[in-house]
This record gives sequence, C-alpha cells and structure tokens, in this order.
Amino acid sequence: MNRNQKENNDVLIEENIKSLDKTKNPNREIVMITYIFVGLFVLLTTYFAYFLFADSDEVINNSYNKRQDLLAERVIRGEIQGSNGETLAKTVEDKKGNTSRVYPYDEMFAHIVGRFEKGKTGIESSENFNLLTSHNNPIMMVYNEISGVKNPGDNIITTLDVKLQEVAYNALGSQKGAVVVLEPSTGKILAMVSKPDYDPNEVSRNWEDLTDDTDNNSALVNRATQGLYPPGSTYKILTALEYIRENENTYKDYEYTCSGQGIFDSVSINCYKNEKHGKVDLLHSFSESCNTSFANMGTSLNIGSFRKLNETFLFNRSLPTNIPYKQSSFVLDSHSKKSEVPQTVIGQGKTLVSPFHNALITATIANGGTLMTPYVVDHITNSSGTLIKKNVPNIYGTLMTSKEAKILTQMMEEVVTSGTGSALNGLGIHSAGKTGSAEFNDKQQSHAWFVGFAPTDKPQLVVSIIVEGAGTGSSHAVPIAKKIFQEYFNR
Amino acid sequence: MENIVFQLSKYIIIIFTTIYTLYCFTAFRSANKVRQRNIFHKQSLLMYLVHFICYGLLFLDSKNIKVVYLYFAQVAFFILVKLVYKLVYKKLSAYILNNMLFLIMISFVILTRLSFDMVIKQFMIVGASFGICLVVPVIIEKFKYLSKLGWIYGFVGLSLLLLVLVFGTTKYGATNWINVFGILIQPSEFVKIIFVFFIASLLSDYKEFKDLIKITILAAVYVLVFVVSRDLGSALIFFVTFLIVLYAATKKSLYLFSGFGLGSIAAYIAYFLFSHVKVRVTAWRDPWTYIDKEGYQVAQSLFAIGTGGWFGLGLAKGLPNSIPVVESDFIFSAISEELGAITAICIILICLSCFVMFINIAMKMKKEFYKLVALGLSTMYIFQVFLTIGGAIKFIPSTGVTLPLVSYGGSSALSTIIMFSIIQGMYVLNQNEVGNSERRKTKKEKIQKADEQEPERE
Repeated sequence: MNRNQKENNDVLIEENIKSLDKTKNPNREIVMITYIFVGLFVLLTTYFAYFLFADSDEVINNSYNKRQDLLAERVIRGEIQGSNGETLAKTVEDKKGNTSRVYPYDEMFAHIVGRFEKGKTGIESSENFNLLTSHNNPIMMVYNEISGVKNPGDNIITTLDVKLQEVAYNALGSQKGAVVVLEPSTGKILAMVSKPDYDPNEVSRNWEDLTDDTDNNSALVNRATQGLYPPGSTYKILTALEYIRENENTYKDYEYTCSGQGIFDSVSINCYKNEKHGKVDLLHSFSESCNTSFANMGTSLNIGSFRKLNETFLFNRSLPTNIPYKQSSFVLDSHSKKSEVPQTVIGQGKTLVSPFHNALITATIANGGTLMTPYVVDHITNSSGTLIKKNVPNIYGTLMTSKEAKILTQMMEEVVTSGTGSALNGLGIHSAGKTGSAEFNDKQQSHAWFVGFAPTDKPQLVVSIIVEGAGTGSSHAVPIAKKIFQEYFNR
Repeated sequence: MENIVFQLSKYIIIIFTTIYTLYCFTAFRSANKVRQRNIFHKQSLLMYLVHFICYGLLFLDSKNIKVVYLYFAQVAFFILVKLVYKLVYKKLSAYILNNMLFLIMISFVILTRLSFDMVIKQFMIVGASFGICLVVPVIIEKFKYLSKLGWIYGFVGLSLLLLVLVFGTTKYGATNWINVFGILIQPSEFVKIIFVFFIASLLSDYKEFKDLIKITILAAVYVLVFVVSRDLGSALIFFVTFLIVLYAATKKSLYLFSGFGLGSIAAYIAYFLFSHVKVRVTAWRDPWTYIDKEGYQVAQSLFAIGTGGWFGLGLAKGLPNSIPVVESDFIFSAISEELGAITAICIILICLSCFVMFINIAMKMKKEFYKLVALGLSTMYIFQVFLTIGGAIKFIPSTGVTLPLVSYGGSSALSTIIMFSIIQGMYVLNQNEVGNSERRKTKKEKIQKADEQEPERE
C-alpha cells in the first residue's frame, strides 16, 4: 500500500467515525442555545411592543419629559371639559394659524384647570401630554401629518361640577380662602376654588402685576392644596379619635366641667369668648367645640401613638394626588415638651393643614373609614368623543374602622343639630361637620373653617372651606357650605 | 413644504427598512443561488435608498454642506468595502456583509443627527477597522496553530484586563478605559475576542474533568476582574459566553443549569455588596420615584421611545440628546424616538438574523475549535445586543454596554468589525474545506473503483 492510499484510508476511517457521531446530531446543543436566545428576543420584542401599546401614554405624560413643545407643533391641544361636557379650556386658531388658549369661565377655574401660558399649572400641566396626544383614526392621522394639517388632541373630561364650582366661587365672594368639594364614595373632586384668583386668559398681560404681588394676594397660589393653615377646631376630629382609641371602653363616660378657661400643663387655654360650657361629655365637648375640655383630654394622650395616628391621616406624608400641594405638618413626638400638647390638641399649635387635606380626612369619615384616592380626570376621549381611557375610583386605604367612622359621624351630626354648625339645619337633609376658628395672630383674628358632609346616612358630598381672617367658622364658613348643599340637593 | 418632506420620508424609511428586514428572513427560503443574489442586490439598493433619504433630511435640517460631503464619502466607502471584501474574502457571506453595512449606515445617520463631530470620528474609525480586517482571512488561513494557544490567550487577555484595572481611567462609573498617547481605549472590547479564543481552544480538546476546572477558574477570574472594575455588562457577557461554550463543548446541560444557578446567587450577593449594582436595579424597578437621580437616564430613554411611538418623530425632529450617553448605551432609544419603533424592531430583527447566520456558520464548521469560536463570538454579540436594548427599554436593568456596530465608540466598533470578519473568514475557510473534501470524495471513489478492479493487488 503506497502512502497515498494510506492517507485515503485514514480519511475513510475519520469519516466513518464522524458518520457514527451523526446519529446524534453534533449540533444539538447549538440548536438549543439558538432557541434560548431567539426566545429571549421574542420576550424582549413583546415587552417593547407592550410598552408602546399599553404603558407609553402614561409614561410620557410626565413633566420631566421635555418633548411637549415638539408635539404641539403637530397636534392642536385638546379641550378640558367639566363633568357635563362644558368647555373649561380650549385652543382656538385664528386665520393666520396662530393658536391661543381660551378659558370661557375666566377666573372661576383658574387654579384647578390651571393656565397654559407662563408655565403650565393645574390640569393643563398634569395632563399636558394627553392633551397633546391624538387618538384619531390612524389613517386619518398619517394623512393629516403628511398634508401638514395638525391632528386634534384628545379631550380631558374632568370630574368638576361646573354648577357647584360656580356656587362655591360666588359664595366665597371677594374674600380670600378656598373651597374643596369631594364625592367621598369615589374620591372625585367636584369643585376646587381658591381666592384671590386671576384670569388665565389675560395671564401674560397681567404677569408682572401677578408676580410683583404688591397687595400680597398670592393670586397664583392654589390655596386649596398649597395653602397651609392651622386647622383650629376642625382638628378636634383627630384628637377625639385618638381619645376614643386610647379609651375604647370609657370614652362614653368622659366628663368635664368647663369654666371657660383653665391651665393645662402650665398653658392657659380658654374657650371662645371665654364661654362657660359647664358639664360636658365627649359628644358635647365636640359639638360645642369646648377648648378646655379638649385640652383636658390632651393631657392624658400618648403622644407617640398620637403622632402615628396623624401620620396615618397623611400629616408629614405625601398626599395621593398629582395636583401640586404643600405637605401638611404635625410636629409633636414622644420627646416634645408637655406644654406643647394643649395648643396642639385644639388645632392651635404648630400643626398645619391644607383645605384639600382636611377634605380628605373628612371624606374618610364620610366613606366609613376608607379613603378613596382623589382624582379630577374622569375620562379621556378623542376629538370625536370616543372613549380612550376611563379613570375608575381607587381605594387609597382604610384609615379607621367603620365603627370609629360611625362614632365621629354622630359627633359631627350633633355639631349641626345643636352645636356650632346649626345654620345647616332646615335644609331638608341631614348633614354633619365641624367648624373651626383658627387664630393666626395675637389680635385674636381667626380663619373661618368648616369641614362636613351630607347626607349623613349616605354621604354624597364632602366640603372643606376656609375663609381667611373672616372670624368664626359658624358665621363665615358654614353659610358657604349651606349654599353648596342647597345647590346640590335641590337639583 | 419642508414638513411634508420630513413626514412623508419618515414613512418611506419605515417601509424600506421593513422590506429590507423581511428579505433577511426570506433570502434562504430558496436554495437558488441566483435568486439569493438577486435578493442581496435588492437589499443593497434599499440600504442606499434609506441612506440617501436620511442624509437628504439631515441636510435639509442642518443646511450644512459638510453633510453632503460626508454622504458622498460614505457612499464611496460602502462601494469600496463591497468591492475589496469580495476580493479578499472569496465566497464571503453577502448576507452578513449586507447586514453589517446596513447597521453601520444606521449608525452613521443617527450619529450625524446627534453630533457632526462624533460621526466624523466614527466614520474614520470604521473605515480604518475595515482596512485592518483585510488581514483577518489571511491570518485564519495561514496560522494553523491558532487553535493551540489556549493558555497563552487566557493569560494575555487577563494581563490586559489587570493592566486596565491598575492604570485605567474611570468613565461612567466603570474603570475600563486606558489612555494610550491621548487616545482612550477600552481593552475589554478586544479581550472579548481573546477570551473566546482562549475558551474555544482549551474546550475543543479537553481530556478530563480536571481540565474543565482549570479553565473555569481562569474564566471566573476574568468575570471577577470585571466586577471589581465595576463593568457589570462585560462581567455578564463573559459569564454567559463561557457557560454557553462550555455547554456546547461538553454537551452536558447540567453545567449550563448549575452555572446559571450559581450565577443568579452571585448576582444576588453582588446586589447587596456593591452599591453600583443596587443603583442600577433601583433605577430599573422604579425610575419614576428616583427620576432626579438614579432613574433619570432610563426615564429619559422611555420618554424618547414613548413619545416617538410606532412611527417616530422624524429624523432631527425629536430630542434624543436629552438622554445622557445617548450615543453609546442608549443609541437604540434615539433610533426608536426619531425613526420609530417599527424601525427599531427591524434593527432588533437584523441583529437577530446576523446571530442566526453566525450560528448557521458555527454548525457547518468541521473543526471543533472553529465551531466553538464561531459560537462564542455569536453569543457575545447577541447577548450584548440583548443587554443594551433590554436596558434601554427597561426590560432589564441597564448594564452600560453598547449596541455593536451602531453605537459610538472606536474600541467597540473595531472589535465588532474584527468579530464579524473572523466569522466571515471562518465561513470562507470552511467553504474551501468543504470544496476540498468534495474533491477528495470523488478521488476516493475513483480509488475504490480501482480497488475493485484489482482485488489481488495486496
């Protein structure tokens, strides 16, 4: 056998071995690996497509996204509407193609709907991307884009009740203050008024006056969410709740004899106009807003757990909303001086709350202990009215038991029946609430507060009202609540 | 008028890119070589068209005459590459070359849009890289002992990494750059190739279990060096590549599964040990809460992709520069924002089709060493694509790796072009060998016949 043949034989053997191997595919593992990677990419692409279909609309509607003005070049900003389709804000185009934003109700919705010029605020800001997104027929959209016609943006239909807003707006008149109206069972914001206000149609022209603010009006501030006030006697709701929790079995037997003033932990406390309430139980301490009785209760409270209760009710916490707000504060803790307690429990200490936050606390009671996440956008439609997205009520959390909510409701009912809120009697519906007169300086001037709801058996409306520097809650805030209730329940 | 041009061409780019991508997957339906060549020509044409439209738009947008010069320089470059490569790499895969040039074309377009200086630099580097890679097939063919250098590769690669760890500069939180005469080089990009040669060489002829342990220990040191230098993306890529090649070489799925099990445990521990790992995971889980800091980059990327939508905002009509490091780690988001998610998905598919083609080549390889090299390189490639795109769309935490051939970066471009060239070179080599063995077969048959005729000869 010559060398050449030997080489050929070797090749033969080699190939025989190879063909033996081939009974088991030598690339089986590689095929497996390929499947794994192709599978990974299927997942990746699916996620990508899902993001674009489902999540991206919400994601890009974020004030950190700087692409707003790019969209505005191709989409006509949609309308903001009231709950019955009333136009609250719209974009009009003149013959030259210049657009301007028009607010038919002028100042009335200045803060909640917000403004478009001079830095977007309110719904104009929070829903900016939805307003600039068009969900029309895709073919139509492509056609419009190519032919250089702007597509109409989606419309935002709010939960705002234009009639209620108007009543609240007029009732507040020329006074400074804020009104918040909620539907407790859903968390819908039905009205939100803040005064002083400004006309968003004229904001550019009046910008210097508004920012110079020589009259200290702070008209640009939404007092409903960004105004922090001492809660005054409306705070007694939480003090009472803490007292009930700490004295579950004995709170009904609580008694105190009020002589119009008293000294608690070396702090002097008096009732309004030093009125002597005489012998009061918890119910009447609350309904007559007896400061000395509450200061007396305060001396026995466990401040550690009281702070916890406040934090459950969102003091020092973020509120579940995307409306810009200021965080309410409660400063006491278990290390605080005893002498800080008496003022705090009657809402005159360092505690600060916004009218909107106070509305949320009241709504929790009205809704049997469960707070619904507040919202102002009910649904979004495309320009021809087809539903794009519907917001549904969302439970934020159960902040108190239904039993506690019931007890507090009874106490707040008594305020209306026989106490400081009696002006609400005779409306034909039962209502409940708590007044407050929050002193803010040494001259005994006070902000008038009222928080309340109606009807008591199945609450439909929650109101939170503050009138700055007006005097007592009973004579300045309760009448506004009355007008709102009248409007709503006499429909 | 200008707006109409921009909007209309947006859709044309999408249509052309989609047809190109469809061809990637239909080219092999028929074995007919003429039909295939036809398809490749059509693909080339589509590439030139998209290139032309995009540069037209870029010129309309910038009114910078230099853009026009750049365009013609690139066209010349593409034509030259095709000519020279067909000469040097005889019987090359036109398929891979097409995809390569398409991805590079997209890269040039998007980089021009992001920054003119950047694209000039990138263009020069890519050009030089193609020049360098002309020697790759020669090396593969002439140096037969390439497969025997296992441990040498292993230690050379590791020393390079350690060098970087000691003398390297830190950029974007990872110490993986080295300054050579004023040029920042990322040696880990080249160590990738050395690493694949190292494991492929040793795993293609291991004898016993003890050998596997030795190889695994050295590979693990690589991964550890990356973890220490905070280059998580590379650590992951090397780890996965090693496991895959180990599995293919040993054919034991136990190694694959236990490897991934151990890897998951290690990743879990790394999460608690290293703050930079934690930051990436935090940003991935909830970029919105940490939008000011950790989540900023991912959030901006999602804004870009989301606002761009399926059809994109149009070239030069978006804000891709709002994403930090958009030109390298987040180039995918820039493409998706301006050219649209459909184009972006086409890019994913083109990358995937490259991988499938690579695997195809790996499977055809007769020699185990070449097979494992092809497999290792394709794994590195596709896994890196997965990491960068997954990070950009928040499918996985961002690991800071580039999109090969598309992202800005000299080291990445050169090493990827070398990787593609090695695979091309092996494809060519394999085809030659197949040709030879066919010739040998006919020879063998002749001999057999001769044997039958002369049985008494022995």
